[in-house]
Amino acid sequence: MTLGLSLGIVVGYLLFALAIGLVAYRVSEATAEDYYLANRSIGTVVLLFTTFATLLSAFTFFGGPNLAFAAGPEWLIVMGTIDGVLFAVLWYAIGYKQWLIGNRNGYVTLGEMLGDRFGSVGLRALVAGVSLLWLFPYVMLQQMGAGEALVGLTGGAVPYWGGAALVTAFMILYVVLAGMRGVAWTDTVQGLFMLSVVWIAAAWVLSAVGGVGAATGAMLDARPDFGSFGGGTYSVGFIVSTAITIAFGVTMFPQINQRFFVARSGETLKRSFVLWPVLVLLLFLPAFMLGAWAVGMPVDVPEGANVLPVVLNEYTPAWFAALVVAGAMAAMMSSSDSMLLSGSSYFTRDVYRPVVNADASERREAWIARIGVAVFALLAFVASLFRPGTLIEVGDTAFSGFALLALPVICALYWDQTTRSGMIAGVLVPQVAYLAVVLSAVVAAVPTLPRTVAGGWDVALGLMVFSALLTVGVSLVTAPTADSDASRFAVAGD
Amino acid sequence: MSRSQRDLVWISTFAVLVAFAVPWPLWGVDRVVAGLPVWIWWHVAWLGLCAVLFSRFVRSGAWERGMGRRPESEPESALGGDRP
Repeated sequence: MTLGLSLGIVVGYLLFALAIGLVAYRVSEATAEDYYLANRSIGTVVLLFTTFATLLSAFTFFGGPNLAFAAGPEWLIVMGTIDGVLFAVLWYAIGYKQWLIGNRNGYVTLGEMLGDRFGSVGLRALVAGVSLLWLFPYVMLQQMGAGEALVGLTGGAVPYWGGAALVTAFMILYVVLAGMRGVAWTDTVQGLFMLSVVWIAAAWVLSAVGGVGAATGAMLDARPDFGSFGGGTYSVGFIVSTAITIAFGVTMFPQINQRFFVARSGETLKRSFVLWPVLVLLLFLPAFMLGAWAVGMPVDVPEGANVLPVVLNEYTPAWFAALVVAGAMAAMMSSSDSMLLSGSSYFTRDVYRPVVNADASERREAWIARIGVAVFALLAFVASLFRPGTLIEVGDTAFSGFALLALPVICALYWDQTTRSGMIAGVLVPQVAYLAVVLSAVVAAVPTLPRTVAGGWDVALGLMVFSALLTVGVSLVTAPTADSDASRFAVAGD
Repeated sequence: MSRSQRDLVWISTFAVLVAFAVPWPLWGVDRVVAGLPVWIWWHVAWLGLCAVLFSRFVRSGAWERGMGRRPESEPESALGGDRP
């Protein structure tokens, strides 16, 4: 199998995705509502898959099987609980409420919603700033994933930076050209594609190794500890804190949170909510089990390589392995486009317009958004060249950073007595504390602060509790400002 | 039990659904059933159960009532004081 064909399949797939975006661009209108929210007209299937595909990043597609390979299939339980159950409940509690509020008041971003409720430009910019901060490592994660994927597929003929650069170029092109409608359309195509491809991959590999029983038997022969639930990496503290920080973090990701404003009707959100656990299971079961089963297969996974492409190269034809890598890269691209698109709306609407230049024309704002996307993606690309951690580590850091926003936001959504000072304290203080923990590992001059305590409990979980206590505590001792208006969040009876 | 009291049961239902999506009772169990560790089957069945109960939550109208709104399919009288 030639290198040219593999690369051809990958680039061809990326071009195909770009073509869909261009078609979507042709039918879109030149307004901010359409560019960012596709005029709030996204239906069930598209909403479900666009959220789904956005969740499916390098973190799920490569990081997940890698962790299952290294530490055992319990990752399926952790991720299934996160995305299939806890996220679904939050989808209702945060998502539906935000949809109702956003639909009434025409909000496009989380910061805009909170800024309007509390009459505070500062809070609006703070929420946007915090979101952009944690978006950075997550965009970087996609570039790292793409770089590693192409190294694996081509046996090193395409260097790591080449793959990362390719996906960076495509994501910039894509976001600049297509907007939310284009992103949503390709996400649907990609979501369906990945679901099918991962099952075909599992069937192919299993038929080669003699079935599910044989694969599990070989896995247990190689790693007897994989058969029993828990143990090793998977302590109670790890499972609980990973599940909570990721699930709450996901709801605050700009690209996911903005999805809460785009549904055409409440029915769309309901249907997505019901289908969520099944869809998640359909994707995670084959993907993560392939990673776990690989320990019992006669494959050699080089240090730092992704396990999934290695297994596919061994048991399936090269064109198929290339197709799966293309699908995974497309997943990373769609994750990244969504992130960049939402990030640019956070930047222009919540930072640039209210703080820097209130009188900017629509045209100028659109240009600022597109240039912002390009700069952000290029900086993340440069940072990705340093490969500051594994896919799971980098992803987890970003998830936890976002998770710290979730409880103050829930407080604001459901408790009328929340004040502006309560929100600012509840958002700002835990962020500063967590940033200190993260940066202490990077800056050599200071001692590294622990990320986990007492056997796997994440400090971010403690900071989440702290953020809720601060929001409630400060709200209780401060009076609402004259500009705040709790009725902006009232949704009953209309 | 009134409708709003029954709706409160959903909160505990969701709590149980989230808590036991992780097969805690099978901690340390290493039996293999039908080709996969038994605790993976627990999780698969549990997510199926979630889909069924989520669908009942939506269809019962509790989805709307939980936000203090009136489900479209419901007569005005069943509202229980949510509207002024």
